Amino acid sequence: MATVMIDLKRLGDVKAPAGFAERVLAQAGVADSYAVFQTVLGPVHVAWSRLGVSAAMRVPSSADFEKWFRKEIGRPLVRAVPPADLIKKIQDQLDGRRRLRFDLRGLTPFSQAVLEKTLTIQRGQVRPYSWVAREIGHPAAVRAVGTALANNPIPYFIPCHRVIRSDGVIGNYGGGGPEAKKSILTLEGVQLKRLQDLARSGLRYEGVKSTKIFCFPTCWHGRRVREENFVYFHDEGEARRAGYRPCKDCRPAVA
Amino acid sequence: MEGTDGVFERLVHDHQDRIFALGLALTGNRHDAEEVAQDTFLRAYRALATYTPERVRELKQKAWLHRIAVNVVRNRMRGLRPRLVELNGSEPARGASPEEDALRRIEIDELASRVSALPARYREALVLRHVQDLSYAEVSEALGQPVGTVKSNVHRGLKMLRGESNGHGDD
Repeated sequence: MATVMIDLKRLGDVKAPAGFAERVLAQAGVADSYAVFQTVLGPVHVAWSRLGVSAAMRVPSSADFEKWFRKEIGRPLVRAVPPADLIKKIQDQLDGRRRLRFDLRGLTPFSQAVLEKTLTIQRGQVRPYSWVAREIGHPAAVRAVGTALANNPIPYFIPCHRVIRSDGVIGNYGGGGPEAKKSILTLEGVQLKRLQDLARSGLRYEGVKSTKIFCFPTCWHGRRVREENFVYFHDEGEARRAGYRPCKDCRPAVA
Repeated sequence: MEGTDGVFERLVHDHQDRIFALGLALTGNRHDAEEVAQDTFLRAYRALATYTPERVRELKQKAWLHRIAVNVVRNRMRGLRPRLVELNGSEPARGASPEEDALRRIEIDELASRVSALPARYREALVLRHVQDLSYAEVSEALGQPVGTVKSNVHRGLKMLRGESNGHGDD
Protein backbone atom coordinates (compact mmCIF):
# COMPACT_ATOMS: atom_id res chain seq x y z
CA MET A 1 0.00 0.00 0.00
CA ALA A 2 2.54 2.57 1.19
CA THR A 3 5.05 1.94 -1.62
CA VAL A 4 2.43 2.29 -4.33
CA MET A 5 1.41 5.63 -2.85
CA ILE A 6 5.02 6.83 -2.72
CA ASP A 7 5.58 5.74 -6.30
CA LEU A 8 2.47 7.56 -7.41
CA LYS A 9 3.71 10.73 -5.72
CA ARG A 10 6.99 10.38 -7.57
CA LEU A 11 5.09 10.05 -10.82
CA GLY A 12 3.54 13.39 -9.93
CA ASP A 13 7.00 14.96 -9.56
CA VAL A 14 7.88 14.42 -13.22
CA LYS A 15 9.08 17.61 -14.94
CA ALA A 16 7.91 18.87 -18.29
CA PRO A 17 10.56 18.50 -21.04
CA ALA A 18 13.04 21.35 -21.53
CA GLY A 19 11.65 24.19 -23.63
CA PHE A 20 8.07 22.98 -23.24
CA ALA A 21 6.68 26.26 -21.91
CA GLU A 22 8.33 28.26 -24.70
CA ARG A 23 6.95 25.95 -27.39
CA VAL A 24 3.44 26.24 -25.97
CA LEU A 25 3.71 30.02 -25.70
CA ALA A 26 4.91 30.27 -29.31
CA GLN A 27 2.07 28.05 -30.51
CA ALA A 28 -0.47 30.17 -28.70
CA GLY A 29 1.11 33.25 -30.26
CA VAL A 30 2.05 34.66 -26.85
CA ALA A 31 5.79 34.23 -27.35
CA ASP A 32 7.60 35.60 -30.38
CA SER A 33 9.87 33.48 -32.55
CA TYR A 34 13.21 34.53 -33.96
CA ALA A 35 15.88 33.46 -36.42
CA VAL A 36 19.06 34.89 -37.89
CA PHE A 37 18.79 36.09 -41.48
CA GLN A 38 21.54 36.87 -43.95
CA THR A 39 20.73 40.26 -45.47
CA VAL A 40 22.42 43.10 -47.32
CA LEU A 41 23.23 44.43 -43.85
CA GLY A 42 24.93 41.19 -42.83
CA PRO A 43 23.46 38.74 -40.33
CA VAL A 44 20.43 40.22 -38.57
CA HIS A 45 18.38 38.72 -35.75
CA VAL A 46 14.71 39.11 -36.60
CA ALA A 47 11.82 38.31 -34.26
CA TRP A 48 8.23 37.89 -35.35
CA SER A 49 4.83 37.10 -33.86
CA ARG A 50 1.50 36.22 -35.43
CA LEU A 51 0.97 39.94 -36.08
CA GLY A 52 4.21 40.61 -37.89
CA VAL A 53 7.89 41.42 -37.39
CA SER A 54 8.40 42.64 -33.84
CA ALA A 55 12.14 43.30 -33.61
CA ALA A 56 15.36 43.29 -35.60
CA MET A 57 18.86 43.80 -34.33
CA ARG A 58 22.42 43.44 -35.50
CA VAL A 59 23.93 41.86 -32.40
CA PRO A 60 26.86 39.44 -32.14
CA SER A 61 25.08 36.63 -30.31
CA SER A 62 21.64 35.13 -29.94
CA ALA A 63 21.97 35.35 -26.16
CA ASP A 64 22.39 39.13 -26.47
CA PHE A 65 19.37 39.32 -28.71
CA GLU A 66 17.21 37.29 -26.33
CA LYS A 67 18.27 39.42 -23.38
CA TRP A 68 17.64 42.65 -25.24
CA PHE A 69 14.25 41.45 -26.52
CA ARG A 70 13.05 40.37 -23.10
CA LYS A 71 14.02 43.74 -21.65
CA GLU A 72 12.65 45.95 -24.43
CA ILE A 73 9.62 44.04 -25.67
CA GLY A 74 8.85 42.04 -22.55
CA ARG A 75 7.47 38.94 -24.24
CA PRO A 76 9.02 35.46 -24.18
CA LEU A 77 11.10 34.57 -27.21
CA VAL A 78 11.78 31.20 -28.85
CA ARG A 79 14.26 30.32 -31.59
CA ALA A 80 12.35 28.86 -34.51
CA VAL A 81 12.50 27.84 -38.14
CA PRO A 82 11.14 30.84 -40.08
CA PRO A 83 8.15 30.51 -42.43
CA ALA A 84 9.32 29.88 -46.00
CA ASP A 85 8.30 33.28 -47.37
CA LEU A 86 9.78 35.38 -44.57
CA ILE A 87 13.32 35.56 -45.92
CA LYS A 88 12.07 36.82 -49.29
CA LYS A 89 9.84 39.39 -47.62
CA ILE A 90 12.72 40.62 -45.50
CA GLN A 91 14.92 41.05 -48.56
CA ASP A 92 12.16 42.89 -50.43
CA GLN A 93 11.54 45.16 -47.48
CA LEU A 94 15.22 46.09 -47.29
CA ASP A 95 15.21 46.70 -51.06
CA GLY A 96 12.53 49.32 -50.56
CA ARG A 97 9.38 47.36 -51.35
CA ARG A 98 7.00 47.31 -48.43
CA ARG A 99 5.89 43.79 -47.80
CA LEU A 100 6.22 43.19 -44.09
CA ARG A 101 3.68 43.71 -41.39
CA PHE A 102 4.95 44.88 -38.03
CA ASP A 103 3.92 44.04 -34.50
CA LEU A 104 4.36 47.15 -32.36
CA ARG A 105 2.45 45.94 -29.31
CA GLY A 106 4.26 46.74 -26.10
CA LEU A 107 5.25 50.20 -27.32
CA THR A 108 3.38 53.29 -26.19
CA PRO A 109 0.66 54.61 -28.54
CA PHE A 110 2.90 57.64 -29.12
CA SER A 111 5.86 55.50 -30.20
CA GLN A 112 3.58 53.43 -32.40
CA ALA A 113 2.32 56.58 -34.11
CA VAL A 114 5.88 57.82 -34.64
CA LEU A 115 7.03 54.52 -36.14
CA GLU A 116 3.98 54.15 -38.35
CA LYS A 117 4.48 57.66 -39.69
CA THR A 118 8.17 56.94 -40.27
CA LEU A 119 7.23 53.88 -42.32
CA THR A 120 5.62 56.17 -44.90
CA ILE A 121 8.90 57.95 -45.70
CA GLN A 122 10.09 56.51 -48.99
CA ARG A 123 13.55 55.32 -49.78
CA GLY A 124 15.82 58.16 -50.94
CA GLN A 125 13.94 60.79 -48.96
CA VAL A 126 14.33 62.32 -45.51
CA ARG A 127 12.07 64.30 -43.17
CA PRO A 128 12.78 66.38 -40.09
CA TYR A 129 11.81 65.26 -36.59
CA SER A 130 9.43 68.21 -36.35
CA TRP A 131 7.57 66.92 -39.40
CA VAL A 132 6.88 63.58 -37.72
CA ALA A 133 5.76 65.40 -34.57
CA ARG A 134 3.34 67.60 -36.52
CA GLU A 135 2.00 64.77 -38.66
CA ILE A 136 1.04 62.66 -35.66
CA GLY A 137 -0.70 65.60 -34.01
CA HIS A 138 1.90 66.46 -31.35
CA PRO A 139 3.75 69.39 -32.95
CA ALA A 140 5.57 70.29 -29.72
CA ALA A 141 6.84 66.77 -29.00
CA VAL A 142 9.91 66.94 -31.25
CA ARG A 143 12.28 65.57 -28.63
CA ALA A 144 9.89 62.77 -27.75
CA VAL A 145 9.87 61.81 -31.43
CA GLY A 146 13.65 61.60 -31.27
CA THR A 147 13.46 59.33 -28.24
CA ALA A 148 10.85 57.10 -29.83
CA LEU A 149 12.98 56.73 -32.95
CA ALA A 150 16.14 56.10 -30.93
CA ASN A 151 14.30 53.19 -29.30
CA ASN A 152 12.95 51.81 -32.56
CA PRO A 153 12.97 48.01 -32.02
CA ILE A 154 13.01 47.36 -35.79
CA PRO A 155 15.69 49.66 -37.29
CA TYR A 156 16.33 49.45 -41.08
CA PHE A 157 12.88 47.88 -41.54
CA ILE A 158 11.17 50.87 -40.00
CA PRO A 159 13.43 53.54 -41.54
CA CYS A 160 14.23 55.74 -38.55
CA HIS A 161 17.41 56.73 -40.42
CA ARG A 162 15.22 58.78 -42.80
CA VAL A 163 14.33 61.21 -40.04
CA ILE A 164 16.97 63.91 -39.54
CA ARG A 165 17.35 67.27 -37.83
CA SER A 166 16.13 70.30 -39.76
CA ASP A 167 19.48 72.07 -39.18
CA GLY A 168 21.12 69.44 -41.34
CA VAL A 169 22.91 67.61 -38.55
CA ILE A 170 22.39 63.93 -39.22
CA GLY A 171 21.90 63.14 -35.56
CA ASN A 172 22.51 60.01 -33.64
CA TYR A 173 21.49 56.58 -34.78
CA GLY A 174 20.88 53.48 -32.71
CA GLY A 175 21.91 51.19 -35.56
CA GLY A 176 25.60 52.18 -35.48
CA GLY A 177 26.02 55.91 -34.87
CA PRO A 178 25.84 58.91 -37.24
CA GLU A 179 28.32 57.38 -39.70
CA ALA A 180 26.12 54.32 -40.23
CA LYS A 181 23.14 56.61 -40.70
CA LYS A 182 25.03 58.62 -43.35
CA SER A 183 26.16 55.56 -45.24
CA ILE A 184 22.69 54.03 -45.30
CA LEU A 185 21.17 57.27 -46.57
CA THR A 186 23.85 57.56 -49.26
CA LEU A 187 23.16 53.96 -50.24
CA GLU A 188 19.49 54.87 -50.61
CA GLY A 189 20.36 57.70 -52.99
CA VAL A 190 20.08 60.75 -50.74
CA GLN A 191 22.42 63.57 -51.84
CA LEU A 192 23.69 64.31 -48.37
CA LYS A 193 26.03 67.12 -49.39
CA ARG A 194 23.30 69.14 -51.09
CA LEU A 195 20.98 68.52 -48.18
CA GLN A 196 23.49 69.67 -45.62
CA ASP A 197 24.60 72.71 -47.64
CA LEU A 198 20.98 73.86 -47.82
CA ALA A 199 20.38 73.24 -44.13
CA ARG A 200 23.53 75.15 -43.16
CA SER A 201 22.30 78.19 -45.08
CA GLY A 202 19.01 77.93 -43.23
CA LEU A 203 17.10 76.91 -46.35
CA ARG A 204 14.51 74.33 -45.40
CA TYR A 205 12.30 74.11 -48.46
CA GLU A 206 12.76 73.90 -52.18
CA GLY A 207 10.17 75.40 -54.53
CA VAL A 208 9.72 74.56 -58.20
CA LYS A 209 9.30 77.69 -60.33
CA SER A 210 6.97 76.15 -62.92
CA THR A 211 4.50 74.56 -60.51
CA LYS A 212 4.75 77.08 -57.64
CA ILE A 213 4.85 74.19 -55.17
CA PHE A 214 7.34 73.92 -52.33
CA CYS A 215 8.68 70.64 -50.94
CA PHE A 216 11.16 69.24 -48.49
CA PRO A 217 14.49 68.75 -50.22
CA THR A 218 14.67 65.06 -51.29
CA CYS A 219 10.91 64.99 -52.00
CA TRP A 220 10.19 62.62 -54.86
CA HIS A 221 8.50 65.37 -56.91
CA GLY A 222 11.73 67.31 -57.19
CA ARG A 223 13.70 64.38 -58.56
CA ARG A 224 13.75 65.53 -62.22
CA VAL A 225 13.86 69.28 -61.64
CA ARG A 226 17.01 71.01 -62.88
CA GLU A 227 18.94 72.99 -60.31
CA GLU A 228 18.25 76.35 -62.02
CA ASN A 229 14.50 75.80 -61.73
CA PHE A 230 14.56 75.53 -57.94
CA VAL A 231 14.01 78.41 -55.55
CA TYR A 232 14.77 77.96 -51.87
CA PHE A 233 12.91 79.22 -48.82
CA HIS A 234 13.82 79.66 -45.17
CA ASP A 235 10.33 79.03 -43.86
CA GLU A 236 6.72 78.48 -44.78
CA GLY A 237 5.78 82.18 -44.61
CA GLU A 238 8.43 83.13 -47.12
CA ALA A 239 7.27 80.42 -49.52
CA ARG A 240 3.61 81.39 -49.23
CA ARG A 241 4.37 85.09 -49.70
CA ALA A 242 6.16 84.17 -52.90
CA GLY A 243 2.96 82.49 -54.07
CA TYR A 244 3.96 78.87 -53.49
CA ARG A 245 1.76 76.22 -51.92
CA PRO A 246 2.97 73.23 -49.92
CA CYS A 247 3.40 69.87 -51.68
CA LYS A 248 0.53 67.53 -50.89
CA ASP A 249 2.85 64.56 -50.85
CA CYS A 250 5.74 65.47 -48.58
CA ARG A 251 3.54 67.97 -46.69
CA PRO A 252 6.14 70.57 -45.59
CA ALA A 253 3.16 72.50 -44.18
CA VAL A 254 -0.52 71.80 -43.87
CA ALA A 255 -2.00 72.49 -47.29
CA MET B 1 -5.39 41.32 -24.83
CA GLU B 2 -2.09 41.96 -23.05
CA GLY B 3 -3.79 40.86 -19.87
CA THR B 4 -4.70 37.45 -21.27
CA ASP B 5 -1.17 36.89 -22.57
CA GLY B 6 0.38 37.75 -19.22
CA VAL B 7 -2.03 35.49 -17.32
CA PHE B 8 -1.38 32.70 -19.80
CA GLU B 9 2.39 32.98 -19.57
CA ARG B 10 2.24 32.63 -15.79
CA LEU B 11 -0.28 29.81 -16.10
CA VAL B 12 2.05 27.81 -18.38
CA HIS B 13 5.08 28.34 -16.17
CA ASP B 14 3.20 27.56 -12.96
CA HIS B 15 1.46 24.43 -14.18
CA GLN B 16 3.56 22.92 -16.99
CA ASP B 17 5.17 20.22 -14.81
CA ARG B 18 1.91 19.31 -13.14
CA ILE B 19 0.00 19.00 -16.41
CA PHE B 20 2.81 17.08 -18.11
CA ALA B 21 2.87 14.63 -15.18
CA LEU B 22 -0.88 14.28 -15.48
CA GLY B 23 -0.56 13.53 -19.17
CA LEU B 24 2.13 10.95 -18.47
CA ALA B 25 0.04 9.20 -15.82
CA LEU B 26 -3.06 9.19 -17.99
CA THR B 27 -1.48 8.17 -21.31
CA GLY B 28 1.48 6.11 -20.10
CA ASN B 29 4.15 7.63 -22.37
CA ARG B 30 6.03 10.90 -22.66
CA HIS B 31 5.29 11.59 -26.29
CA ASP B 32 1.52 11.53 -25.76
CA ALA B 33 1.97 13.33 -22.46
CA GLU B 34 3.60 16.26 -24.22
CA GLU B 35 0.86 16.41 -26.84
CA VAL B 36 -1.81 16.27 -24.17
CA ALA B 37 -0.14 19.01 -22.16
CA GLN B 38 0.23 21.18 -25.27
CA ASP B 39 -3.41 20.70 -26.27
CA THR B 40 -4.50 21.45 -22.73
CA PHE B 41 -2.70 24.78 -22.62
CA LEU B 42 -3.80 25.81 -26.10
CA ARG B 43 -7.41 25.10 -25.21
CA ALA B 44 -6.95 27.01 -21.99
CA TYR B 45 -5.58 29.96 -23.97
CA ARG B 46 -8.53 30.00 -26.34
CA ALA B 47 -10.93 29.84 -23.41
CA LEU B 48 -9.13 32.56 -21.45
CA ALA B 49 -9.44 34.94 -24.38
CA THR B 50 -13.23 34.72 -24.14
CA TYR B 51 -13.43 35.13 -20.34
CA THR B 52 -14.20 38.38 -18.57
CA PRO B 53 -11.42 39.72 -16.30
CA GLU B 54 -13.52 38.84 -13.21
CA ARG B 55 -13.91 35.28 -14.38
CA VAL B 56 -10.17 34.99 -15.05
CA ARG B 57 -9.39 36.37 -11.60
CA GLU B 58 -11.73 33.95 -9.85
CA LEU B 59 -10.62 30.95 -11.86
CA LYS B 60 -9.43 27.97 -9.81
CA GLN B 61 -6.57 27.38 -12.20
CA LYS B 62 -5.47 23.98 -10.97
CA ALA B 63 -8.85 22.28 -11.02
CA TRP B 64 -9.76 24.04 -14.28
CA LEU B 65 -6.61 22.87 -16.10
CA HIS B 66 -7.02 19.33 -14.78
CA ARG B 67 -10.55 19.26 -16.08
CA ILE B 68 -9.40 20.41 -19.52
CA ALA B 69 -6.57 17.86 -19.55
CA VAL B 70 -8.88 15.00 -18.58
CA ASN B 71 -11.18 15.98 -21.43
CA VAL B 72 -8.28 16.18 -23.87
CA VAL B 73 -7.23 12.66 -22.91
CA ARG B 74 -10.81 11.36 -23.15
CA ASN B 75 -11.16 12.84 -26.64
CA ARG B 76 -7.89 11.32 -27.77
CA MET B 77 -8.75 7.92 -26.39
CA ARG B 78 -12.15 7.90 -28.04
CA GLY B 79 -12.00 5.49 -30.93
CA LEU B 80 -8.33 4.72 -30.33
CA ARG B 81 -7.12 1.23 -29.55
CA PRO B 82 -4.81 0.98 -26.55
CA ARG B 83 -1.31 1.53 -27.85
CA LEU B 84 1.90 -0.24 -27.03
CA VAL B 85 4.03 1.85 -24.75
CA GLU B 86 6.92 3.66 -26.36
CA LEU B 87 9.89 3.60 -24.06
CA ASN B 88 12.33 5.57 -26.14
CA GLY B 89 12.16 8.51 -28.45
CA SER B 90 10.91 10.96 -25.87
CA GLU B 91 12.34 14.27 -24.75
CA PRO B 92 15.25 14.44 -22.28
CA ALA B 93 14.12 15.27 -18.74
CA ARG B 94 15.64 18.04 -16.66
CA GLY B 95 17.52 17.67 -13.39
CA ALA B 96 19.44 15.00 -11.43
CA SER B 97 22.46 13.03 -12.68
CA PRO B 98 22.20 11.11 -15.95
CA GLU B 99 22.40 7.59 -14.44
CA GLU B 100 20.08 8.32 -11.57
CA ASP B 101 17.83 10.04 -14.05
CA ALA B 102 17.77 7.13 -16.45
CA LEU B 103 16.95 4.67 -13.66
CA ARG B 104 14.24 6.85 -12.24
CA ARG B 105 12.84 7.45 -15.67
CA ILE B 106 12.53 3.78 -16.47
CA GLU B 107 10.79 3.10 -13.16
CA ILE B 108 8.50 6.07 -13.55
CA ASP B 109 7.64 5.31 -17.16
CA GLU B 110 6.92 1.73 -16.21
CA LEU B 111 4.59 2.86 -13.45
CA ALA B 112 2.96 5.36 -15.79
CA SER B 113 2.22 2.66 -18.32
CA ARG B 114 0.69 0.47 -15.60
CA VAL B 115 -1.47 3.34 -14.39
CA SER B 116 -2.53 4.23 -17.90
CA ALA B 117 -3.70 0.65 -18.44
CA LEU B 118 -6.37 1.03 -15.74
CA PRO B 119 -9.95 1.57 -16.92
CA ALA B 120 -10.58 5.28 -17.49
CA ARG B 121 -12.85 6.01 -14.55
CA TYR B 122 -10.48 4.54 -11.96
CA ARG B 123 -7.41 5.90 -13.65
CA GLU B 124 -8.69 9.47 -13.76
CA ALA B 125 -9.77 9.51 -10.14
CA LEU B 126 -6.62 7.78 -8.89
CA VAL B 127 -4.26 9.98 -10.86
CA LEU B 128 -5.88 13.26 -9.85
CA ARG B 129 -6.01 12.24 -6.18
CA HIS B 130 -2.68 10.51 -5.65
CA VAL B 131 -0.39 11.56 -8.50
CA GLN B 132 -1.52 15.15 -8.73
CA ASP B 133 -2.33 15.41 -5.04
CA LEU B 134 -5.65 17.20 -5.51
CA SER B 135 -8.13 17.12 -2.64
CA TYR B 136 -11.26 15.02 -3.08
CA ALA B 137 -13.22 18.23 -3.51
CA GLU B 138 -10.91 19.36 -6.31
CA VAL B 139 -11.00 15.97 -8.02
CA SER B 140 -14.77 15.98 -7.79
CA GLU B 141 -14.85 19.42 -9.42
CA ALA B 142 -12.35 18.49 -12.14
CA LEU B 143 -14.16 15.31 -13.08
CA GLY B 144 -17.68 16.61 -12.50
CA GLN B 145 -18.47 13.63 -10.31
CA PRO B 146 -19.77 13.46 -6.71
CA VAL B 147 -17.11 13.10 -4.00
CA GLY B 148 -18.43 9.67 -2.98
CA THR B 149 -18.02 8.35 -6.50
CA VAL B 150 -14.50 9.73 -6.68
CA LYS B 151 -13.52 8.14 -3.36
CA SER B 152 -14.75 4.73 -4.37
CA ASN B 153 -13.07 4.99 -7.80
CA VAL B 154 -9.76 5.99 -6.22
CA HIS B 155 -10.01 3.05 -3.87
CA ARG B 156 -10.81 0.58 -6.66
CA GLY B 157 -8.01 2.02 -8.76
CA LEU B 158 -5.46 1.56 -6.00
CA LYS B 159 -6.59 -2.01 -5.44
CA MET B 160 -6.21 -2.84 -9.13
CA LEU B 161 -2.81 -1.21 -9.28
CA ARG B 162 -1.63 -3.34 -6.38
CA GLY B 163 -2.86 -6.37 -8.26
CA GLU B 164 -5.63 -7.29 -5.84
CA SER B 165 -8.14 -7.21 -8.62
CA ASN B 166 -7.48 -7.25 -12.34
CA GLY B 167 -10.45 -5.06 -13.08
CA HIS B 168 -12.03 -7.39 -15.60
CA GLY B 169 -15.76 -7.37 -15.47
CA ASP B 170 -15.75 -4.09 -13.56
CA ASP B 171 -15.90 -1.73 -16.46
